[in-house]
Amino acid sequence: MELSKKDRLSIPRQPMPEQAAEERIKNFKEVNLGFTEEYAKLEALRCLQCPKPKCVEGCPVGVKIKDFISLVAQGEYLKAAEKIKEDNALPAICGRVCPQEEQCEAKCIIGAKGEPVAIGRLERFVADFERNYGGIKQAKVINKNGYKVAIIGSGPAGLSCAGDLVQLGYDVTVFEALHELGGVLTYGIPEFRLPKEIVKAEIKALENLGVEFRTNIVIGLTYTIDELFSLGYSAVFIAVGAGLPNFLNIPGENLNGIYSSNEFLTRVNLMKAYNFPEYDTPIFNLRDKRVAVFGGGNTAMDAVRTAKRLGAKDAYIIYRRTENEMPARKEEIYHAKEEQIEFIFLANPVEFIGDNEGNLKAVKLQKMELGEPDSSGRRKPIPIPGSEYILEIEAAVIAIGNGSNPIIKNTTPDLTFNKWGNIVVDPETLATSKPGVFAGGDIVTGGATVILAMGAGRKAAKSIDDYIKTKYLI
Amino acid sequence: MNKIISAQFIAPEVKKFIIKAPEIAKKRKAGQFVILRVNEKGERIPLTIADSDVENGTITIIAQGVGKTTKELNRLESGDYIFDLVGPLGKPSHIENFGVAVSIGGGVGTAIAYPIAKALKEAGNYVISIIGGRSKDYVILESEMKMICDEVYPTTDDGTYGYKGFVTDKLKGLLSTKKIDFVLAIGPILMMKAVADATRPYGIKTVVSLNPIMIDGTGMCGGCRATVNNKTVFVCVDGPEFDAHKVDFEVLLNRNKFYREQEKISLEMHKCQLDNLIAKQKDM
Repeated sequence: MELSKKDRLSIPRQPMPEQAAEERIKNFKEVNLGFTEEYAKLEALRCLQCPKPKCVEGCPVGVKIKDFISLVAQGEYLKAAEKIKEDNALPAICGRVCPQEEQCEAKCIIGAKGEPVAIGRLERFVADFERNYGGIKQAKVINKNGYKVAIIGSGPAGLSCAGDLVQLGYDVTVFEALHELGGVLTYGIPEFRLPKEIVKAEIKALENLGVEFRTNIVIGLTYTIDELFSLGYSAVFIAVGAGLPNFLNIPGENLNGIYSSNEFLTRVNLMKAYNFPEYDTPIFNLRDKRVAVFGGGNTAMDAVRTAKRLGAKDAYIIYRRTENEMPARKEEIYHAKEEQIEFIFLANPVEFIGDNEGNLKAVKLQKMELGEPDSSGRRKPIPIPGSEYILEIEAAVIAIGNGSNPIIKNTTPDLTFNKWGNIVVDPETLATSKPGVFAGGDIVTGGATVILAMGAGRKAAKSIDDYIKTKYLI
Repeated sequence: MNKIISAQFIAPEVKKFIIKAPEIAKKRKAGQFVILRVNEKGERIPLTIADSDVENGTITIIAQGVGKTTKELNRLESGDYIFDLVGPLGKPSHIENFGVAVSIGGGVGTAIAYPIAKALKEAGNYVISIIGGRSKDYVILESEMKMICDEVYPTTDDGTYGYKGFVTDKLKGLLSTKKIDFVLAIGPILMMKAVADATRPYGIKTVVSLNPIMIDGTGMCGGCRATVNNKTVFVCVDGPEFDAHKVDFEVLLNRNKFYREQEKISLEMHKCQLDNLIAKQKDM
């Protein structure tokens, strides 16, 4: 039976089933439970199958959205998964953490009048279905071309680049500094938003395609980039992420109880400090404590919701602008509010205050008001003189972004960096100033999203393929 | 996984490991460190590389069993494996010919001082080594130091061996009789602070190697931050060595005690597990 446009438009956007807020703040299990088959089919029927779909223009990796949704509507979930994987090596991850509301779904035509098709939720459903019911697939036979490419960093940029290059026939080695693979997907994004088992499964799929992964190797220190070339790699992709946390640079910042978001999340996600003492790495005991998280992005939301799950009595987001200017996804802010996170807007920390033991006991905040828009287009916060007040807290997490990690910079003198320490690349090809070396993701752009880093990884894969084919005439 | 080639106690609770790690052995310079994990639930701890052998592809580390992880590490024997090992991390020591250089190691700190003293000697310095220990059994690497240094002075707090007193007492004696151009001090934080205080009036360039709590060791987490010259530094990428006269030792002391309660819990667990293991072995 063919549905009319009117029929399709009459189906409401299907809700995401989720753990109830009062339950989920007591565990680290995933908040969103995923579509059932029934929800997925209904949602897929909402898609108008536009002849010239706009949604795909909004996708940084160009997933054939219309085609995969059509397959979902037909109940061909495994085929839908194959369709997505033509363009996206990590659909179960992207279906969870992409800001679809700003990308594909923002372009969806039915979103102009009503709610757009839930493309992200469908992507997640398809990827989860394949992982759970797809079985072990016969590895595709790929003709190797005999050329080796080194990828530095196993985060989203590195993984997507590896996925494309291995399918083009390259021998790909991914070097990771930590003992676990996945970069920010593993140490940064919490279990309740992106279960680590899913990250492992997507990486395993790349391994099955033939990508070689080497953990515990810091490029720059264990091997320099020049040494990679002498080991026989024909090209190098630098995808190391930002990796140097910013601090507020205010008095008292080195008191005990103050964490960067990177450290706080790494202790919990990578080192499993929420399972201390079964796992050795500790974290400050937050039970019945007051915790302030400074910042307004997704990382700040991840940190504050993690603090709540670790037992914090009061967990605050402190942000110097208002909710309208917050860079976090709407869904994250909404989930945080459901979890009793308190938002303090238009406030900026000016000093951390400690007790005699050197432990944090309070923060001095200054109230702000919004002035004219600044270079970012957001209204600039201006301090109100004499408005300082004290908020008592026992722990603080600083989630105000990252600078650029110095290791590659200090050990690769012939690469060009900008004044912030980011690698300068040709925006079209992602080629750096050093022949055969390409770079993408947060080390080039500064802190951004998983999917933008994945987009950069794909772009780099194409450029590396062109570079090697041109240079070696293959 | 890296294989342990040899493992032997060189002092009570202090064990020397020679570990197969050809990539690290080839690249490592004096002053750099590794981060290791003992098992899959283990924490990441930094340990300075005491020596390396490029030909055999090995590095040497020396660990004192203080907390759960170092005690678990010290239970490993030759033939066992280090679960995770990454390095070399941190900046190498700044080595030049200063003239007369004094290397001071307190306790297991001597293991960290040793490669730097060796590099100082190779650069042409006249190297004097002070090796401090609580008592005779805790004085380590004396024969190794004798092979590379011009003068070696063991000191013990209780006078059971060498000079009776703290390393700083010995240093003060040297300062009053010799022109010293460079001092390196590695050991307990209070010892390093005392050395810094002793050399400050003389304006002698003094370097310490800091050992804060670390996780990734690559600048990513900022957990190892310290205050040097009133500025925040990340010890893992900006150090581990700093100008002793500019380090805020109070901040360092304070940050290193932050997890004391949890460390006690971990250590208790380790003891229980050990007791169970011993009980099981008795049953067998």
